[in-house]
Amino acid sequence: MGPVPPYVVVGLVVLAGVALFLAGSLGTALLRPHAPTADKLTTYESGVDPVGEGWAQANVRYYLYAYLYVVFAVDAMYLLPWATVLRLPGFGWRTLAEMGIFLGVLGVGLAYAWRRGVLRWL
Amino acid sequence: MAVDLPAPRVGPLAEAAPRPLRLVLNWGRRYSLWVFNFGLACCAIEFIAASMARHDFIRLGVIPFAPGPRQADLMIVSGTVTDKMAPAIKRLYEQMPEPKYVISFGACSNSGGPYWDSYCVTKGVDQIIPADVYVPGCPPRPEALLHGILRLQEKIAAEQVSGAAIAQRRRPASAAQLTRPLVGPGGSGPLRPAGS
Repeated sequence: MGPVPPYVVVGLVVLAGVALFLAGSLGTALLRPHAPTADKLTTYESGVDPVGEGWAQANVRYYLYAYLYVVFAVDAMYLLPWATVLRLPGFGWRTLAEMGIFLGVLGVGLAYAWRRGVLRWL
Repeated sequence: MAVDLPAPRVGPLAEAAPRPLRLVLNWGRRYSLWVFNFGLACCAIEFIAASMARHDFIRLGVIPFAPGPRQADLMIVSGTVTDKMAPAIKRLYEQMPEPKYVISFGACSNSGGPYWDSYCVTKGVDQIIPADVYVPGCPPRPEALLHGILRLQEKIAAEQVSGAAIAQRRRPASAAQLTRPLVGPGGSGPLRPAGS
């Protein structure tokens, strides 16, 4: 038998994961107690009756965390596969320039954050 | 709230477990207790001391400080149970998933302790929830808590979890049990065993 095609390996790993999950769920379903009471089904609030809803509004100023996350993490996600293929034959200065344009756009965003002062650690 | 909830039951494999499987399940359950500490008064300090370096009940498998009742299977009531706090204790005990155990730690939660004559103290946590192990003392030494945990582990080792056992624990105390006289000097066993 020759080398196994890589996507077959991926498929087998996914199947093994699903099978493991199902086996675990089935095992606990066969073993666990099922004993609901009215009190047990109430929402937890430190032993007292729960008041209000579960939803609360977050202040919009926290958008900066999401913004910086996009600038840095999405950036890294595109840089990593690019770095593995850059040195191969067929990729050259043009590849570098394309990534440079992408980094330039991200740099504008980073400059905005810098000017707003959110990168300063007080 | 006129919905009828189903009777307590355990999974079919646990109900019909042969003895070797039951031994394994009991072993796993008694050496991985996650404790929801109900620290109410001075006994809570002794509980914390028992969880720290010198005495350390983590070596018995008891993981301290569960985030809430839903992630716990052992509740250690340590301190005076006031009448104001009693409904919260009952609610939090109910919110713990089965199978669950209760250790009553200290004189106040055993029977009211030094506040046996107070106007606002619940004289013993077993008036509202069933307790498995009582650790006497005011406050008990941390070693006493370790002993109590060992006793609980022995009790779990001999246990058979079933729907009937869970329903038995939930039965309210009978009138005869509530009005029984105090145990005499030649007394016979624990004061109020859970579920009987």
